[in-house]
Amino acid sequence: MSGVTTGRMAGLAAWKAVVRRDPRAAAGAFLLLAFALVAIFGPMLVGDPQAMVGVPLQPPSWQHWLGTTGQGQDVLAQLVVGTRVSLSLGFLVGVAVVAIGALVGVAAGYFGGRIDAALSLLFNVFLVLPGLPLAIVIAAYLPSGPRTVALVLIVTGWAWNARVVRAQASSLRQRDFVAAAVVSGESDARIITQEILPMLSSLLLAQVIGSTTYAIGAQVGLEFLGLGDVAAVSWGTNLYWAQNDSALLTGAWWTFAPTGVCIALVGTALSLLNSGFDEMSNPRLSVEHPWRAFLAARGQVPARSTPVVKSHD
Amino acid sequence: MNHLLRRLGFYAIAAWVAITINFLLPRLMPGDPATAMFGRMLGQLSPETLQSLRETFGLTSDPLWKQYLGYLQHVLRGDLGISAAYFPTPVTQVIGTGLVWTVLLAGSAVVISFALGTLLGIATAWWRRGTVDAWLPPALTFIGSFPYFWLSMVALYVAGFSLGWFPLGHAYSDELQPAWTFEFLWDVIAHAALPVGSLVLATLGGWVLSMRNTMITVLGSDYVNLARAKGLPPARVVLRYAARDALLPSITSFGMALGFVLGGSLLTEIVFSYPGQGYLLVQAVRSQDYPLMQGIFLCITLAVLAANWCVDLVVLWLDPRIRDSAS
Repeated sequence: MSGVTTGRMAGLAAWKAVVRRDPRAAAGAFLLLAFALVAIFGPMLVGDPQAMVGVPLQPPSWQHWLGTTGQGQDVLAQLVVGTRVSLSLGFLVGVAVVAIGALVGVAAGYFGGRIDAALSLLFNVFLVLPGLPLAIVIAAYLPSGPRTVALVLIVTGWAWNARVVRAQASSLRQRDFVAAAVVSGESDARIITQEILPMLSSLLLAQVIGSTTYAIGAQVGLEFLGLGDVAAVSWGTNLYWAQNDSALLTGAWWTFAPTGVCIALVGTALSLLNSGFDEMSNPRLSVEHPWRAFLAARGQVPARSTPVVKSHD
Repeated sequence: MNHLLRRLGFYAIAAWVAITINFLLPRLMPGDPATAMFGRMLGQLSPETLQSLRETFGLTSDPLWKQYLGYLQHVLRGDLGISAAYFPTPVTQVIGTGLVWTVLLAGSAVVISFALGTLLGIATAWWRRGTVDAWLPPALTFIGSFPYFWLSMVALYVAGFSLGWFPLGHAYSDELQPAWTFEFLWDVIAHAALPVGSLVLATLGGWVLSMRNTMITVLGSDYVNLARAKGLPPARVVLRYAARDALLPSITSFGMALGFVLGGSLLTEIVFSYPGQGYLLVQAVRSQDYPLMQGIFLCITLAVLAANWCVDLVVLWLDPRIRDSAS
């Protein structure tokens, strides 16, 4: 987990700084941008993903680049349209989960006392309840579809963010500048929105990235079980149909392989971006690169210990 | 002792929340799905059975609090109702048949992954910036970003279908009878190898990274430097001094990881038609067998809570700070 305590840079400026400094983060951002473009413009370029276009379970060919499904639909069209559906749902759920986590976490950390005890109990209970079985039980009672999937992912996913935010908010609460704001008679709402939340902005940004990864993975899992709208096209339902049409046991690897690779690429892109963020906002990590470069420039081998001084370059 | 009791109280609250969720879900949801289910089963049921089913679910005309008390009573007695898909077998009995396989699958996957990942984490931290450290953690992270069940599909396709090294599904061969013979055990291991292997592969990266990162911090600390300066053999410094200390965060996250792996193994079971809880769960979802679904949720939750309590015991034993503050 990231030990983010600084929030000097936020929003677009932070993203730019990270991408410029860290090649891994740049690679992640580039990959993510490519997927975003596919999600936005891709569906206009491919045909109807539901249409029967050829013989079922055809291997990849010039006509159908990724072959056809067990129902004779074009796999590439399904993949591209699924990208739009799954990424947008994943991102929305990611943002919602972080927003709820921030709300609960800041309230617990800032107010302390009984409110803290009650809210902490709540998110700790939700953390210890196994997420996927809970999500399945709730989703089974609701009409299947993206709304249900989003709802159960939010219910089962917010607790971890709340716990991390609570720890940070409660340590910020002890700082002098917050104490000064309290003494000078600022209202709670103002202190939270003006003093505490800005300090947490880079943490929350990192959480959105992490939660989006979670949401995409969990969403695919639920849809694979048939709890999404199986008549619609998304990454998870693509895999659901691949499994149901026994694609594996007929050797039709092209019906499930591309979707999994896309999920992993998006996940990797997000984690690359996040590691770049970590590097910037975690002082221990951010001094390490310049320090190693400093030593290497003088022909020295870095010791095993992590440097805690900052080289003035 | 105080500390353990407090944790026990917390798990009791968590269990109560799970039971209450089970109670409230059918009553909060639109369309009254439970009644719809009873309606479908109406032809098969005698009026007495129907009445007892309604009572199990507390779906009587009593006020809500009375229904709730009735429900709690049934759950505490271990009565989770009757499965609709496997009518008229009680839910507890249906769950019992699948429980062994899920515990075997998820349990061995978690233990193997934890042990292997921790060792690899120690190794990569010690030979930091070496060749293995350069490619292993990123490679495992990449593999870990695939959905668990998708890795299972690939494993089944490559090692099971294409190469024919492993059986294609189920927990053991049809022609064998479950018995404590060498032949049967070997058969079970052969059937479990692919699902367990894909779960281990999917979760390994997390353990390696967490152990590696803590180890790096610990290896830089003064007491490890002192141990090294004293000229102690490296193996002793790494294992007895550093790794012992660095293990704590990994163990603390062990309980939570168990919940994740259980969830992952539910999906993996479906890929391999493995007759565990996940396989039952998906059948319950498809046939709208709500009692079975809720029973499985409760059963998995209790298993996770119990495992977490065991982790608490281990942490207490390992960490003198908690031990001292607890006594």
